[in-house]
Amino acid sequence: MFVTPAYAEETPAAGETHTETGVAHEAGHETGVFPPFDSTTFASQILWLVITFGLFYMLMKKVIVPRIGGILENRHDRIAQDLDEAGRLKAEADAAIETYEKELAAARAKANTIATTARDAAKAKADADRAAVEAELSGKLAAAEQHIAAIKAKAFADVGAIAEDTANTVVEELIGQQATQADISAAVAAAKQGA
Amino acid sequence: MSNDPIHQFVVQKIVPIEIGGIDFSFTNASLFMVATVAAASGFLYFATSQRGLIPGRTQSVAEMSYEFIASMLREGAGSHGMKFFPLVFSLFMFVLTANMLGMFPYFFTVTSQIIVTFALALLVIGTVLVYGFYKHGLHFLQLFVPSGVPPLLLLLVVPIEIISFLSRPISLSVRLFANMLAGHITLKVFAGFVASLGTLGALGVGGAILPLIMTVALTGLEFLVAFLQAYVFAVLTCMYLNDAVHPGGH
Repeated sequence: MFVTPAYAEETPAAGETHTETGVAHEAGHETGVFPPFDSTTFASQILWLVITFGLFYMLMKKVIVPRIGGILENRHDRIAQDLDEAGRLKAEADAAIETYEKELAAARAKANTIATTARDAAKAKADADRAAVEAELSGKLAAAEQHIAAIKAKAFADVGAIAEDTANTVVEELIGQQATQADISAAVAAAKQGA
Repeated sequence: MSNDPIHQFVVQKIVPIEIGGIDFSFTNASLFMVATVAAASGFLYFATSQRGLIPGRTQSVAEMSYEFIASMLREGAGSHGMKFFPLVFSLFMFVLTANMLGMFPYFFTVTSQIIVTFALALLVIGTVLVYGFYKHGLHFLQLFVPSGVPPLLLLLVVPIEIISFLSRPISLSVRLFANMLAGHITLKVFAGFVASLGTLGALGVGGAILPLIMTVALTGLEFLVAFLQAYVFAVLTCMYLNDAVHPGGH
């Protein structure tokens, strides 16, 4: 270890720093310049930097970077795969729902058909029953009307005899003599006609 | 010697090696480069050895750093830039681990040596140059000729672009180096105050509380800086690599 003149001239500023910080007294074992500017150490530092950093670079390039990259890619792939799987399951679920909806719609339609048929049948039966009842009722009504008409006709027929009797009695009371049966009958008939 | 804030940066030989008159000794700097690589690769190797589909805590950290750099590079240099991923990832992990290891008391900070940061910066710029010329040939020089600038202004702009390109390795290396160096010196100086004031009796012990608080605060700040500088180094690397991938596109 010796101070070459070149070094001494090269770093005068560094030498000053030394004195200020009191290093000069104890830096005798080194070259006497500010240590980072001590160029006697440069060759060794560069050599060892090249060796260590070179090794580090190779290790990073060959082992660490591919490994971490692989881990990240693996995870990325796995996530993508899981997403795909989830998508597939969702599609399956959607399909199942669709099938279910379709079946439900079909069942509903079938139920509708059955209900409509049943309703129609019931309606038809009810209509038929009603028609029958109506027919029966109208038959009874017609019979009743006939009966009434017969009674009425009979009553009318009887009215003539009663009116003649009454008229005979009235005439007899009024004029003291009996009117002829023919006159009374004609008068009653005329009144009936007028009525 | 324990109070000397510069001593922590002294490179000391552990195994002297000399080849062809040049000193290639295995030093404490070399030792901590090895430690950095061992710590970073050991962590990344064992954290990911489970290859869990659901990551554990350490695997999450490894994956987070991977995705952090991946998104940074994709944003910075586009999908074509992803071929540089191992480089950017190695740089980030190396610088981050070296910075963090440097936060341990009595540990050597690899990134506080200008030659180390400069070598790393040259690696980045060298990659940009080699790949740029390999991929685009002389079209790579379009990098210095922004599109849409009037020809007269180009006389001014092109030299500026060239100077800014040339200053990149310097700014990239000095930024990291100076941050680590200054942070460690400040930390050591304040910690030194605590020790020296502490020997001055009761008043000194009382007075030592202030630098102690400062030291604690600065330690926190230095952890932030250690991460931030690794991040900045990686971000700038991505930006420079973008020039190699898309020389005309800025």
